[in-house]
Amino acid sequence: MRDFEYEAPNSVADAVALLSRNGTARPLAGGTDLIDQIRVGRLKPDLLVDLKKVPELNVLELSASGLRLGAAVPCYKVYGHEGLVQAYAALADSARIIGGIQIQSRGSIGGNLCNSGPAADSTPSLIALGAVAVIAGPEGTREVPVENFCTGPGKNVLAAGEILVELKFPARPAISGSHYVRFIPRNEMDIAVVGVGTAVVLDAKKEKIVSARIALGAVGPTPIFAKSAGDALAGLPADETSLDKAAELARSHATPIDDMRGTKEFRIHVTGVLVRRSLQASIDRARS
Amino acid sequence: MASTTENPKYKVIGTRPIRHDGVDKVTGRAKYGSDIHPTGMIYGVLVRSPHAHAKLKSVDTSAAAKLPGVRAVVTHKDLREPGNTILELGEGAVNLKHLSNNCLAGDKVLYRGHPIAAVAADSIHIAEEAAALIKVEYELLPPVMDIREAMKPGAPLLHDDVFTDELGTKSTTASNVARHFRFEQGDLEAGFKNAAHIVEREFTTATVHQGYIEPHNATALYTADGHITVWTSTQGIFTTRQQVAELLDVAISKVKVVPMEIGGGFGGKIRVYLEPVAAALSRKSGLPVQLVMSRADVFESTGPTPGSYMKIKLGVDASGKLVAGEAYIAFEAGGYPGSPVGAAAMCVFSCYEIPNAKVDGFDVCVNRPQTSAYRAPGATQAAFAVETLVDELCEKLKLDPLEFRLKNAVKEGSRRVDGPVYPRIGMIETLDAAKNSEHWKTPLTGKHQGRGVATGFWFNAGLKSAASATVNPDGSVVLLEGSTDIGGSRAGLAMQLAETLGIPAEQIVPRVVDTDSIGYTDVTGGSRVTFATGHAAYQVGLEIQRQCCLRAAKIWEVEPATVSYQEGTIVGPAGKQFTFKELAAQITKTGEAIVAYAAVDPHGCGGAFATHVVDVEVDVDTGKVTVLRSTLVQDVGTAIHPAYVEGQMQGGVAQGIGWALNEEYFYDASGTMRNASFLDYRMPTSYDLPLLDTIIVEVPNPGHPFGVRGVGEVPIVPPPAALANAIYHATGVRMQTLPMSPPAVLKAILAKAAASNGKH
Repeated sequence: MRDFEYEAPNSVADAVALLSRNGTARPLAGGTDLIDQIRVGRLKPDLLVDLKKVPELNVLELSASGLRLGAAVPCYKVYGHEGLVQAYAALADSARIIGGIQIQSRGSIGGNLCNSGPAADSTPSLIALGAVAVIAGPEGTREVPVENFCTGPGKNVLAAGEILVELKFPARPAISGSHYVRFIPRNEMDIAVVGVGTAVVLDAKKEKIVSARIALGAVGPTPIFAKSAGDALAGLPADETSLDKAAELARSHATPIDDMRGTKEFRIHVTGVLVRRSLQASIDRARS
Repeated sequence: MASTTENPKYKVIGTRPIRHDGVDKVTGRAKYGSDIHPTGMIYGVLVRSPHAHAKLKSVDTSAAAKLPGVRAVVTHKDLREPGNTILELGEGAVNLKHLSNNCLAGDKVLYRGHPIAAVAADSIHIAEEAAALIKVEYELLPPVMDIREAMKPGAPLLHDDVFTDELGTKSTTASNVARHFRFEQGDLEAGFKNAAHIVEREFTTATVHQGYIEPHNATALYTADGHITVWTSTQGIFTTRQQVAELLDVAISKVKVVPMEIGGGFGGKIRVYLEPVAAALSRKSGLPVQLVMSRADVFESTGPTPGSYMKIKLGVDASGKLVAGEAYIAFEAGGYPGSPVGAAAMCVFSCYEIPNAKVDGFDVCVNRPQTSAYRAPGATQAAFAVETLVDELCEKLKLDPLEFRLKNAVKEGSRRVDGPVYPRIGMIETLDAAKNSEHWKTPLTGKHQGRGVATGFWFNAGLKSAASATVNPDGSVVLLEGSTDIGGSRAGLAMQLAETLGIPAEQIVPRVVDTDSIGYTDVTGGSRVTFATGHAAYQVGLEIQRQCCLRAAKIWEVEPATVSYQEGTIVGPAGKQFTFKELAAQITKTGEAIVAYAAVDPHGCGGAFATHVVDVEVDVDTGKVTVLRSTLVQDVGTAIHPAYVEGQMQGGVAQGIGWALNEEYFYDASGTMRNASFLDYRMPTSYDLPLLDTIIVEVPNPGHPFGVRGVGEVPIVPPPAALANAIYHATGVRMQTLPMSPPAVLKAILAKAAASNGKH
């Protein structure tokens, strides 16, 4: 394994400065992806900059204006936060199934997003919930909606020296629900072959869909925001016909490949199946 | 678990004492292969081929050798290459040229991961860095990954010196087909002519791995006087000794193999991979060298079990009696010849009386790692094909699958297609027990649920074993054996000795010792240890009995003929008696130690049969199969330690379910395995399995003093077929390919739906 230096700054400015100075430096949050990638030689950094001691990256704040989730907050804190679990259920669904207990104790949602795997379990939930990435870098701070964050397998919009500081979520309407589901061949220890995150808002009678957002994982080079599928549900009754329509539209967003985890035709078919199931679960949650 | 709780014939056999090696294992004290660290040990790394098929133009190790901290670099030149000579290893044989080239490739690499060179250095990091400095020039050749492609004339050839053994005659042109053989009985044509129903199907099964938790490892020390000590986790210490001596070109007496605990073997830890390389590195460096594989190395370069192509035809008369069977079975051998297709051909029709039958077997080289034994090697693939065809025949005949099997089951006196006539066996008893089980009698009620049944057979092996024992003054007995313990055999052997001596199992101290400390013992394989080494333990017990009687006669000053050994008590004339413990306390005071020794080569290992009943539920929208309930019924002869018998049965079923549903080597077009990790090579976890129920049936094997049959292998045989049958009854689709993974099952379900829509 490569010999590297380690720094643990305690401000965003210091972290950005360290990462800007050294071309091969990598930010370290939970390290559950990074260390493995260094160990197998895929990444060869000379410096790791530990972000866990930067206060801004440890924020976990739920308020009337929404949710702020620091980029280094580990998964167990996400599903351990009662208010968050209520209002942003899809995110908690994701956090509960990323790795086992050890990984969840260390790995963060921010890290899951920055690793930018197409099959990342939290990214479809972030997109469905309308999360925005707050990025700090040498040129200052900028915000990018999560659906625009990933640019390819393992690739994203972060420029040299930039770090993800936090994820900002808009407040959830009163009658709303969200849900994440993935298909894996086994029941544990597996990576999503298809992942679907959905969020719906219902009308006061809980019969019609006011709005919906649908996001797909593992069926393209990046997680996919299936915008047209969600938009098509606006104003429709929350029934099977509507869900079938959204499922069919979502399938048209999927651009999967054949690989060891599943075939293209399988992934497209299952995308529709899971969109239906996830929407139904979101609707049930909104109604309860 | 339904089982015998105790066997009334015996005092110790049939009970469930705590295993002798249990405390060390549950407290983490047991020493596995990589837990050994001889003073001054250095670390080795292998350079492996990134290509599936290539000629080696040059291997330049000079830069690696110059790196500070590097102590030795070896290549194929450092191993002896004795040409095409065959080394007999007890259970199976190896071609030394192939073995040598598989450990370190000479002129060609035949699969991705094929080792080419090795370097040892002061730290693993230096060794890794040095390995990256070794320059290998390749001339790339097209890989042939598929068995049917490899059999075609004009296919890329792996070897220019492998000529098909065509029904006993050597062909004169090189071929990937190493062997074609045939078994026949009766008149096949007439048999099919008399059949009321005939079914014929083609089957393919994927390459799968044994998936043991502990990766291969070897630590070797070559000392200045030319002695080599090898510490390794292996199923066969003596065969490892033999192979290391051959490849290092030293006398067998110069090699000592010390067995470490094994974190799983299942047949995959018989062939040597690292041991000769570690020894060669130590010979060059003068230091102890340790080599440990990564998980990817284990997948890419150690024995998986073959993928297969099979075409099977069965004919049955109107009454439901099988009248004819024909099988074409082609197995991947991997990079070098030697797949278990022979066993597959013997097992394919082994459960049924089929008067007219023909079986053709083919052993075919492909650019995959050389295949190894895996739990009943060859039988599982064959059973998948035959047992699903039988299910189809039952459906056609509207016969209950257990009744059909009872009607056609082999029994004492039935002849197998390859010749042998069965002695007393328990196929019928397992079917009866399955029929009477609560599982079978409980109907399924849910949607998309189905029940499947299948049977399986495995020969089991006998072979050579040795054991010795010493009686301690406190009445305990140390039992030394050379069978490495991969399935609780220390307990099973200790119990057989305890039963013979009439003392508690806890008074036996079983120890697995190195090759200098016990007589030749064949590998732990073929489910033979409890049978054959158990035989040796029994013989040792009889000898201790004899010596105890002599000693008592000496103490009592009576004629030895008047003294007898009765269930742990030495009984003399006129009411004289010693308990075993009392006599043990007298031994050192009254003469020489009591030491017994036995070396055996027993025949009469009884074959084993198992019947699996399994319920599944299929998610018809995703093709995912959930196993709801599983019961394995197995004839075990006599269950020495029922808990470990159940453990073997459950372990085999768990592996069979993995093989059935998700496991496969997934190669891309270049011959790179894309799922060489436990993330993407999907073995079942505890979340994927229900409690695996077992029903132990005991039809004692007349060939063993306690009736033992091997139990470790047959449980893996029926599950893939039983699951395929269950999936059919849940969904109406017949799966003819393994694995029956969600994409495969969904595709079949959607195709069936499309076909029936087309009809309306």
